[in-house]
Amino acid sequence: MAADYKALKNGGFMRQRQKDNFSLRLKVIGGNLTSGQLNTISRAAETYGHGYVHLTSRQGVEIPFIQLKDVEDVKKALSDGGVETGVCGPRVRTVTACQGIDICPSGCIDTLDLANEISGRYFGRNLPHKFKFGVTGCQNNCLKAEENDVGIKGGYVVSWQSADCSLCGVCVKACRQGAITADEEKVYFDPEKCSNCGRCVKACPTDAWSGIPGYIVSFGGTFGNLIAQGLQLTPILTDREKVLKACDAALDYFAEHARAGERFRLAADRVGWEALKSLLESRL
Amino acid sequence: MTKKTDPRTAEPDAELDICDVVCPMTFVKAKVALDDLEVGQILAIRLNDGEPTENVPRSLKEDGHRVLKLTDNRDGTYRLLVKKAPDYF
Repeated sequence: MAADYKALKNGGFMRQRQKDNFSLRLKVIGGNLTSGQLNTISRAAETYGHGYVHLTSRQGVEIPFIQLKDVEDVKKALSDGGVETGVCGPRVRTVTACQGIDICPSGCIDTLDLANEISGRYFGRNLPHKFKFGVTGCQNNCLKAEENDVGIKGGYVVSWQSADCSLCGVCVKACRQGAITADEEKVYFDPEKCSNCGRCVKACPTDAWSGIPGYIVSFGGTFGNLIAQGLQLTPILTDREKVLKACDAALDYFAEHARAGERFRLAADRVGWEALKSLLESRL
Repeated sequence: MTKKTDPRTAEPDAELDICDVVCPMTFVKAKVALDDLEVGQILAIRLNDGEPTENVPRSLKEDGHRVLKLTDNRDGTYRLLVKKAPDYF
C-alpha cells in the first residue's frame, strides 16, 4: 500500500522513527476528556498501540505505535467511542485552556467555554503554517497565553464603591501593581497602574471592589525554534464577540499575508504590525 | 446576616502567629485555628508581609469568613482580624 503520509499527518498520525508506526494525535479541547473517552483511548492503546499514551506539551494525547495497516480500524474504534483524531501540519491546532472560573478560585473568565467556541470555529482550518490558540483564566497564566499565536487571558476591569468599603486595607496589599492606596477615610485607585488582574476584587471582604470580566488578547507568540512573546495590540476587551472578531482578524491577516511555512510572528515582523493593528481597529 | 463588627474596637477571641510557615500551611493553620472558635468570634493572625498578606485574606474570604482589618505592624509583619463564619452561609 502506498501510504499518503501527508494525509496521515493532517489526520493526526505522526510518523515515528520506527517504519510504518505512527503516534496518533487525538483531539482534546482545553485538556478535558470524559471518563468514557479515557476508556476508549485506553482500549485503543491496548488493542492497537503499546498500551500507553503520551501526554503532549499542549494538553493533547497521542497513542504511539499505531501500525499503518490499522489506521482505519483505530480511527473507527475511537470515533465509535466518542474520540476524534487531532491535526498536525499547517492549520489551527489544539486549543488549550486552563480550568477557568468554573473550577479555579483565581479564574476570571469561562476558559473552557471559550476554548470550545474557538475550536468549533477554527480547529483544523488550513493556513500558511501551524496556528495555536491558548486560553488562560487569569494573570497567573497557567496556560501561558503569550506563547500562542493568539493568546487570551482573563482579567477584570475593576471599580470601587465607597459605600460598601470597610477600609480594611486588604486590597492595598492584594494589588501587586501599587495601584491602590488608602488612608483612614478613603481608598485611592490609579487606573494607569492597574493590570486588570482582579486580585482586589477576589480579596475584598465586603465586595466594595467589583470587576467586569475581560479578555486580554495577545498576538504573535511562539515558543519553538523561535521564542517570542505575543503582543497585546488592543485594550482589554469586555465583549466576548469582539474577542472572536479579533481572532477572525488575526487568521485573515495570517492567511492573506504569510508565506507558506511562515509563522504568524514572522509574517507580522515582515509585513508590519501596523497593518495588523489597523485591521484589528477596523474590525473591533 | 451576622451583626456588623467595628474593626477599630473589635477584641480578638484568639491569637495566631503564622510567621513561621509558608503557603499552603499559612492558610491551613488559620483554618485550624478558626475551627476552634465559635461562629462570630474573632481571630487575630500575625502574618508575614508579601505572599501571605496577598493571599491569606482572600482564601479566608473564599471560605466564607469575614475579614475585618489588615494592619501593618511595621516590623515586616501584619495583623489580620477575621470573624468566623458559619459552615454554610
